[in-house]
Amino acid sequence: MRTTAIMTRIFREMFRDKRTVALLFVAPLFILTLMYFFFNGEATDPKLGVVNVDESLIEILEEQDFQIEVYEQADRATVVSDNLDGMLEMKDGTYSLILQNSDPSSAKTLRLKVNQAIAAQMQTKLAGQLGINLNLTEIDIDTDYVYGDSESGYFEILGPILIGFFVFFFVFLIAGINLLKERTSGTLERIMTTPVRRWEFLTAYLAGYGVFAVIQTLIVVIYSVTVLDIVLEGSIWHVILINLLLALVALTIGTLLSTFASSEFQMVQFIPVVVIPQILFVGIIPLEWMAGWLQVLAKFMPVHYAANALKEVMYKGEGLSAISGDLLALSIFAVVFIILNLLSLRRYRRV
Amino acid sequence: MSISIKVDKVSKSFGKKQVLKDISLEIEEGKIYGFIGPSGAGKTTLVRLIVGMDRPDSGTITVLNKQVPSMEILPEIGYMAQSDALYNDLTGEENLKFFASLYKLNKKQQKERIEYAASLVNLNSDLKRRVSVYSGGMKRRLSLAIALIQDPKILILDEPTVGIDPELRVGVWQELKRLRDEAGKTILVTTHVMDEAEKCDYIGMVRDGSLITKGTPKQLKEFYQAGNLDEVFFKAGREFQ
Repeated sequence: MRTTAIMTRIFREMFRDKRTVALLFVAPLFILTLMYFFFNGEATDPKLGVVNVDESLIEILEEQDFQIEVYEQADRATVVSDNLDGMLEMKDGTYSLILQNSDPSSAKTLRLKVNQAIAAQMQTKLAGQLGINLNLTEIDIDTDYVYGDSESGYFEILGPILIGFFVFFFVFLIAGINLLKERTSGTLERIMTTPVRRWEFLTAYLAGYGVFAVIQTLIVVIYSVTVLDIVLEGSIWHVILINLLLALVALTIGTLLSTFASSEFQMVQFIPVVVIPQILFVGIIPLEWMAGWLQVLAKFMPVHYAANALKEVMYKGEGLSAISGDLLALSIFAVVFIILNLLSLRRYRRV
Repeated sequence: MSISIKVDKVSKSFGKKQVLKDISLEIEEGKIYGFIGPSGAGKTTLVRLIVGMDRPDSGTITVLNKQVPSMEILPEIGYMAQSDALYNDLTGEENLKFFASLYKLNKKQQKERIEYAASLVNLNSDLKRRVSVYSGGMKRRLSLAIALIQDPKILILDEPTVGIDPELRVGVWQELKRLRDEAGKTILVTTHVMDEAEKCDYIGMVRDGSLITKGTPKQLKEFYQAGNLDEVFFKAGREFQ
């Protein structure tokens, strides 16, 4: 009864504040869409200058989507002035390759591709000398994918991670600031002079913001699947369950930390301390690459478990059994923080 | 006359600072009792202890024969804090409805109580407006209405007239007297304005956490042979040391 009264009030206040509603429900779609275009953009064809290179090699290179510029003579200055990604020269029977290397990782790929092209050209030449008709382009390995398909991009992994992160971030911030407002305006203290029990108060907050988290999850997932074409192999109910648990953790951390903030600005100061580190541990950087102590630290990041579970469900299509460990971890976080919240509310009323 | 609130040898410290020192007093049912003293004297702390928001370090407080803090006694206390604890994004009516729904009232009682409390503070015509557009005085009146919403036996009002205009101040005091006379409420107010103290039935003067003197305004003025309560406060303070 009292719980529903407090919930009703939370809803009413929220929907009076149109900007916060927009932040909660529209901002994630905006960021997701931007991310989608960042990671799914078509790479431009590398520009390669060639000097004194055999016609057959140029053909192979062009087949590999190189943009070829033929020069009579060229040097390092040409690479800079014509903005070439690389320059391949045949001199005294050996190849030399000058790379611009302004982006080391794409330079590496370019070198690899050039090497492959040269090797391929040599093989064809050799085969021709031996009189074998070898058509290299026809060789194609039959590839099968356990998860996803040949179209799977990085965004397929990133999408589920982001969906979890949004719920965490927005619920943390909005619930934390809302409770802070109740503290500073004195309404929390005033509520505590009524016969409301502390658990009733906290339940209202959990349920109220839980509803927002579920709506946000639905909007984000439906948008991701229908508009952005993110795969959803598993059940949407499992996605909602994961996000609901994560929202409980975010809410309880937010409300607990609001105890240590005396203004909205101080609440925002928790973002770099509490929220940003979470995103480093969600699997955008594979955990196996991290130092041992960082891997231990990841165990204390709630978003890490949620992102993992979301990836299992959305990308790999796993069911409850595969994510039970993650769900358990999230539940433990939630229970611990709920207890801490109940204790912190004691200072408003000693019964 | 029965005793509504009994404070017995209560002390309270925050850290090293002792805020209340050995306070004892009794408040009779159906009277207006005023805590008078300068800001920082410990009035608010004492009021918070009586409501049950905090525990005394030593001594006991009983409200309606029940030791506080107690969940049982909370519905009998209407509390109005020093700052207006209101939801600015909601209308006056929604604020009243919210606090009403935290008490055990059915729909019909709720509606009656909201109407009664709002008319008492003359806010009926502004109930549909958001609190954010209310004037300071209107907010004070709404806070008072919220304190009355569950029809409590005891009203505890922390600086009820601070920051409101003189006309309204007179109005609030008329209202408090009416609540005492017609509804038999026990009312505890804190104030640092001496001429408001004159309007109380009993006063307790608080300074630096100690109750330096108590009695009816008339008794005090006679006892200290003072023309007004300012002088009483001055003389009582000197004697107390």
